[in-house]
Amino acid sequence: MLGKLSWAAIPFDQPIPMIASLLVMLTILAILLLVTWKGWWPYLWSEWITSVDHKRIGVMYILLALVMLVRGFTDAIMMRSQLALAAGGAQGYLPPEHYNQIFSAHGTIMIFFVAMTFMVGLMNFVVPLQLGIRDVAFPVLNSVSFWLTAAGVLLVNMSLFIGEFARTGWLVYPPLSELAYSPGVGVDYYLWALQISGAGTLLSGINLTTTILKLRAPGMGYMRMPIFCWTALASNLLIVAAFPILTATFAMLLLDRYLGFHFFTNEAGGNAMMYINLIWAWGHPEVYILILPAFGVFSEVIATFSGKSLFGYRSMVIATMAICVLSFMVWLHHFFTMGAGADINGFFGIMTMIIAVPTGVKVFNWLFTLYGGRLRFDAPVYWALGFMVTFVVGGMTGVLLAIPPADFVLHNSLFLVAHFHNVIIGGVLFGAFAGYTFWFPKAFGFKLDERIGKAIFWCWFIGFYLAFMPLYILGLMGATRRMQHYDVAGWQPLMLVALLGAIVILAGIVLTGVQLVVSIRTRDQRRDPTGDPWDGRTLEWSTASPPPAWNYSVLPAVNGLDPHWEAKKSSKSRLQDGPDPKSIAVPRNSPIGFVLAFFAVMAGFALIWHIWWMAVAGLIGALMTILAHAWRVSDEVEQIVGSQRQRAAT
Amino acid sequence: MSDVAGSYWRSGVLDPQGPVGAAQNTILLNATTIMLAVIIPVIVLTLGFAWWFRHSNARANYMPDWSYSGRIELIVWSIPAMVVLFLGGIAWIGSHDLDPRKQIDSGTVAPLDVQVVSLDWKWLFIYPDLGVASVNSLTVPAGVPIRFQLTSATVMNSFFVPQLGSQIYTMEGMTTRLNLLADKPGRYPGLSAQFSGEGFSDMRFMVDAMPQQDFDQWTANTRAAGGSLDKASYAQLARPSSAVASATFGQVEENLFNDIVNSNNPASGTSPTGHHSAPSISDGT
Repeated sequence: MLGKLSWAAIPFDQPIPMIASLLVMLTILAILLLVTWKGWWPYLWSEWITSVDHKRIGVMYILLALVMLVRGFTDAIMMRSQLALAAGGAQGYLPPEHYNQIFSAHGTIMIFFVAMTFMVGLMNFVVPLQLGIRDVAFPVLNSVSFWLTAAGVLLVNMSLFIGEFARTGWLVYPPLSELAYSPGVGVDYYLWALQISGAGTLLSGINLTTTILKLRAPGMGYMRMPIFCWTALASNLLIVAAFPILTATFAMLLLDRYLGFHFFTNEAGGNAMMYINLIWAWGHPEVYILILPAFGVFSEVIATFSGKSLFGYRSMVIATMAICVLSFMVWLHHFFTMGAGADINGFFGIMTMIIAVPTGVKVFNWLFTLYGGRLRFDAPVYWALGFMVTFVVGGMTGVLLAIPPADFVLHNSLFLVAHFHNVIIGGVLFGAFAGYTFWFPKAFGFKLDERIGKAIFWCWFIGFYLAFMPLYILGLMGATRRMQHYDVAGWQPLMLVALLGAIVILAGIVLTGVQLVVSIRTRDQRRDPTGDPWDGRTLEWSTASPPPAWNYSVLPAVNGLDPHWEAKKSSKSRLQDGPDPKSIAVPRNSPIGFVLAFFAVMAGFALIWHIWWMAVAGLIGALMTILAHAWRVSDEVEQIVGSQRQRAAT
Repeated sequence: MSDVAGSYWRSGVLDPQGPVGAAQNTILLNATTIMLAVIIPVIVLTLGFAWWFRHSNARANYMPDWSYSGRIELIVWSIPAMVVLFLGGIAWIGSHDLDPRKQIDSGTVAPLDVQVVSLDWKWLFIYPDLGVASVNSLTVPAGVPIRFQLTSATVMNSFFVPQLGSQIYTMEGMTTRLNLLADKPGRYPGLSAQFSGEGFSDMRFMVDAMPQQDFDQWTANTRAAGGSLDKASYAQLARPSSAVASATFGQVEENLFNDIVNSNNPASGTSPTGHHSAPSISDGT
């Protein structure tokens, strides 16, 4: 009846996951009670859960990412404290079976549900506004994408309380992840959660790609597109090209695990290296899916706060698209040590380095954007400058790792761990926070607290260096990744410094919450009635903050780069020409995303636990939901006429 | 004191004890220096420009529309391209010179063959020409090239002795090759650098490099100490166990390594033997 599920799945004997999951459940219960008590359900349902407005969906993505940042960081600080303790003969407080789940969950959550989710959220919110259009190409699909991501998040978090998570590392390399070596449900949680959220990501990629290619404001040719839209285009093209590889690879591993296939097993002619090739054919583009939008954010921030246009826009576009293409030709550098020949290693090493050329060009272009500017030191600029200083270090260590003979001694070491945190924290996360601070007033009509914002930056900046510079050194000393304890007592002082760094970052995360609460409570003093709090350059700053559901009453006519800036210079009060239309078509809310996610969680959970009847029920439910939506009779859009518009705007 | 501090920072990869590690150290140092020559000025300029062109600095020249310069574009594409051209050369030459399969030339000294098998969670070292074997301890003669053949009888691992240089994956059903040499007698820690499950953290071993006479003595002692590694005792050994103390075998069944490569993992208990016939073995190439 319940497949493999029994009371034994609940970790009564393990205090840490038990207490953690109880706390999480109490928090969720408290929130649900509060919402019920206050009678917020109708509002939440009609304004958020069923909303197909790209701005609302973007905000929900970012909220999800921030919540998962807390979860992923909890894993991080447990790992750091374990390694600060487990020196010499000591074993620390986390036994291997638990520790191995923690580092696997940390990587999975941080990449898929923090970095990825945050960036997709930013792109969702910003791209249609910057393009000067009313919504994405497929608004309902957008809601489906978000809710499928949320479904994946829910499954990953359920593994904390019911069963276990993968103990294999965040990319579940076979044969370790095959049934013979990982008989538990951990890998299944990983696979189904990522299959579901990966489908959401792919749909979102298709949606945003179509939006950028087909729906731009009148007059906005490709070479008049804001640079963030270019990076978003590159990132979404990569999603469209790379995510099917991930889905297919996971599908093969699932066939191995569920139906006795042997794609990647040790037995019967399986070949695990095939998986490792495939997973990195997705995995390396994934890195650029994350970093390209961050590059876009920095480009916007540096140009805006310098009060001048981006230096070398054309160069930036070429560099972005070059990275987009090249990112598919470097995957083998993740396993130079498999013993491929010197020619193969040499080729992929050089290809990897070639990516450093367009990336280097970008850094120089930001540098020359600063030159001749009038830089205002608002919080987003701190993140941008912190990024420029930090990212070049990560780039340097990346090129070191791209030299095959150097990689032979650095591969899988803590040096590697330091490198990718260097680029992901110093690049993606700094970019996410820069974008969050930059566009927050656009989303909500008031600015975030500036002083706390700068304090958050310093916590992350200093915390990053304290936490990861020691790991570079430890890696050179011969410390490898994913070890649960180590012999060399001499490594402990550096591990302690790294823990200190994690604690400083913790302060930054706490302050992010404080900043949000303080800013909301004092929102009346920090309101921005102009819609253009930073003296912006691109279209999104020409509409109100928060923008109406339809973004622009009259679609702006674009005749150059930085249209809003040009309009201000020529003291034209507004970009929009022509009279307000009588009525505006706005896509109607739809519960399909939420309902589909419900059935996806049901089917995913059932498949993980081999509860076949429930899996069938979930899949049928999902299918029926899609059919019901396909045969719906209601209008897809509602017309908002002038009088309603007045009311909605106030 | 400074010597102690020096040896603390110069350990592992930065304290190479053989030609492979030494060459890799040189590459690391050269490449880092070349790149620092670019990134230090970039960092200084970033902070310098940001400071000088701050909003409150009235002396700074404000050029709101300056956004293109062909000359600067040429330079910003050339600098990274030139660095990469140079480092690409290092990468290409280094990949060939330090190819793990490339034998180390040491004149008249004949290389020693060692076969390595990663097990759950320990290392087995077989000396096919000497007929002895050891677990979690690798004894080698200093100054003699060691020719490794490696495989795994379980999940993937990576054989790595930081002070000697290059690591290489061990994979079930495949053989990889690696050539290393220890210049001087000494003890160099080794480990698995690829996560392999529960006992991974204890998958460490010690490389004991000693003069040739001592090594010959060690071989004789090992043979005399007895212990035989045949199919049965190997099956015993292959069972999962962690933090295994080092041990030796005075006798090794012939062709054991090839049998391990050719058969499915005996430890998993699902071995339809002979499924991989010899010709189907990928050589990791």
